[in-house]
Amino acid sequence: MMSGAEMVVRALTQIGVKHIFGYPGGAVLDIYDALFEAEGIEHLLVRHEQAAAHMADGYARATGEVGTVLVTSGPGATNTITGIATAYMDSIPMVILSGQVPTSVIGEDAFQECDMVGCSRPVVKHSFLVKKAEDIPATIAKAYHIAATGRPGPVVVDLPKDIVNPKEKHPYVFPDSVQMRSYNPNVKGHKGQIKKALQTLLEAKQPVLYIGGGAIAANCSDLITAFAERLNLPVTNTLMGLGAFPGTHKQCVGMLGMHGTYEANKTMHNSDVIFALGARFDDRVTNNVQKFCPNATILHVDIDPTSISKTVSAHVPIVGSVDQVLADMTEMLDASGDSTDAQALAAWWTQIEEWRGQNCLAYAKSDKVIKPQQVIESLYKATKGEAYVSSDVGQHQMFGALYYPFAKPRRWINSGGLGTMGFGFPAAMGVKVALPDSVSVCITGDGSIQMNIQELSTCMQYGIPVKIISLNNQALGMVRQWQDLIYGGRHSHSYMESLPDFVKLVEAYGHVGIRVSDPAELDEAMEKCFAMKDKLVFMDILVDQNEHVYPMQVKYGAMDDMLLSKPESK
Amino acid sequence: MRRILSVLLENEPGALSRIVGLFSQRGYNIENLTVAPTDDETLSRLTVTTTGDNRVIEQITKQVNKLVDVLKVQDITEGEHIERELMLIKVKAESSEDRIEMKGLSDIFRAQIVDVTSSTFVIQLAGTTAKLDAFIEAIRTESEILEVSRTGVTGLSRGEKSLRS
Repeated sequence: MMSGAEMVVRALTQIGVKHIFGYPGGAVLDIYDALFEAEGIEHLLVRHEQAAAHMADGYARATGEVGTVLVTSGPGATNTITGIATAYMDSIPMVILSGQVPTSVIGEDAFQECDMVGCSRPVVKHSFLVKKAEDIPATIAKAYHIAATGRPGPVVVDLPKDIVNPKEKHPYVFPDSVQMRSYNPNVKGHKGQIKKALQTLLEAKQPVLYIGGGAIAANCSDLITAFAERLNLPVTNTLMGLGAFPGTHKQCVGMLGMHGTYEANKTMHNSDVIFALGARFDDRVTNNVQKFCPNATILHVDIDPTSISKTVSAHVPIVGSVDQVLADMTEMLDASGDSTDAQALAAWWTQIEEWRGQNCLAYAKSDKVIKPQQVIESLYKATKGEAYVSSDVGQHQMFGALYYPFAKPRRWINSGGLGTMGFGFPAAMGVKVALPDSVSVCITGDGSIQMNIQELSTCMQYGIPVKIISLNNQALGMVRQWQDLIYGGRHSHSYMESLPDFVKLVEAYGHVGIRVSDPAELDEAMEKCFAMKDKLVFMDILVDQNEHVYPMQVKYGAMDDMLLSKPESK
Repeated sequence: MRRILSVLLENEPGALSRIVGLFSQRGYNIENLTVAPTDDETLSRLTVTTTGDNRVIEQITKQVNKLVDVLKVQDITEGEHIERELMLIKVKAESSEDRIEMKGLSDIFRAQIVDVTSSTFVIQLAGTTAKLDAFIEAIRTESEILEVSRTGVTGLSRGEKSLRS
């Protein structure tokens, strides 16, 4: 017999939860009390619940395990919503345990009452309001099962205070396995469809492999690499798929989409067969769908049927997990011994190399002011390309995605779908907690970092030595870039006046701050930063305010309608 | 194009709001909706009438299917099917001429008068949406409509095909 609060902790332990990111409050005090003596679970007290959700998210992205958040009712719960929505958009497995007012007063506008199941409904994979203490173990087991299987996503478990009452004891029954008649995600693709897709791919003259975040969720980078090499296919990764196929590989044409490389967008636009694996043809990839890849036959593998033919119709849809489908395809190739048309592929590669020759990521350095691209290159050198890089949202995110080629999956951690500023720093903390021996870096800017900067305090409390590389251009760079290009240079509220002295600020929190403004000192400062292994180091790097991210797709255009540099001012 | 989707879902609190929320969140149309438990009390059957081109309907079907509480979704308008809606309509019935006229009209439509006062009738009618609409138009010419309550469409596909867990 145990109390509901004890059941929560016991169930989490049984599931194998090692870390919880959370913040206590009235409705969850009983759970926190049960947690006080729990062994094998470490709880990290954050400074804002939104950050707890991002930490659990970063934790999950780096490891593939389900991240766990524990917050109180009302504002504690609502503060996690942005974090939940971020995880939902990027299909990240996460369980959010939220306190709730006692069942007897639900609906009476009690203190710190908020309908969390209702508030979170559009941004969760599923949610539960637990009404009886006896249901706690099975509900928590279901929550973790749903979060991690199929297309992963966040699951909310709302726990009213009376059901976790420490004075009321109930029998504890944890299910041996989770069975749900209404939830059985399909992972195995249809064999006939797979065969058809493979046949189409083998007959292609100008094929391209388009890899998204689903390939990372499916943990099948080796399989993808072997498949691409065997058929000599050019590969492009989405922002969410970076590292699923090594960015350092000669067959990688780089990221595609709005800020994709010239060669990636050209390859896509001119392809005759697009083989999409765990990607969802979102608007930041396709540009104008009416003009999207006019000659391409589309083969689309996704575990979520709703992702198929949502924006771009698939000619051969395959519902299944990327790893399973690719394993089946590889088996078929082994059996038949077929391959792609070598002659056609050679010609295709000649064309792609020509596009690559455009050298679209080249930029002009200066000896007076640091260029943001240069910072990422310097970071790459200092970390030997091996770091876990979390990013905030804005220009720095695109510079990070373009100038730090990820050779491995789960190394690039960013809010791709929702585009959440304030995500990067707590996510990097979650990574470091999950993988203490790793180098965890946050690429950010003077705008984004201030959206969760309070977590510097959490880092001090638990000794989380992440490295923060802040590209300080004293402006909201991406907003400014759009204003330059689309709004005639009218910089409406996109500059940051009264920025804090970041070095002093991080020092006040007990960490190390380094300011760099001279290009000649950049590499050395970067080395110094990473030499301080046990310290949180904040690099306040003053960069060129006028720099833009290029290439950039032209609005309403086709995939390959791109600006490669700043248009001449009229 | 008008479509009728039948959805089998867990009879649990919140399940309905997930479906309704999905429709509004993704900008899908709900013309009408009915829901009640089935012969198996742990399951509810929901019927929703919606509109959209093939692509939208395909997305709606897939999105509804994806909800964790949903067991099955069927577009019953894809094949032969039966659809029915129930309507209760209260009309002014004061003069005996009007009362006779409306009784006659009700008989033609196979409607029943289920409540009678000295000044009103409540008429009950089941049928397709079009039939109910036609009845409203017809009765409007005879008398003053005081109120109308319609259940929304429910339906089943004809023949052996059935939607079960």
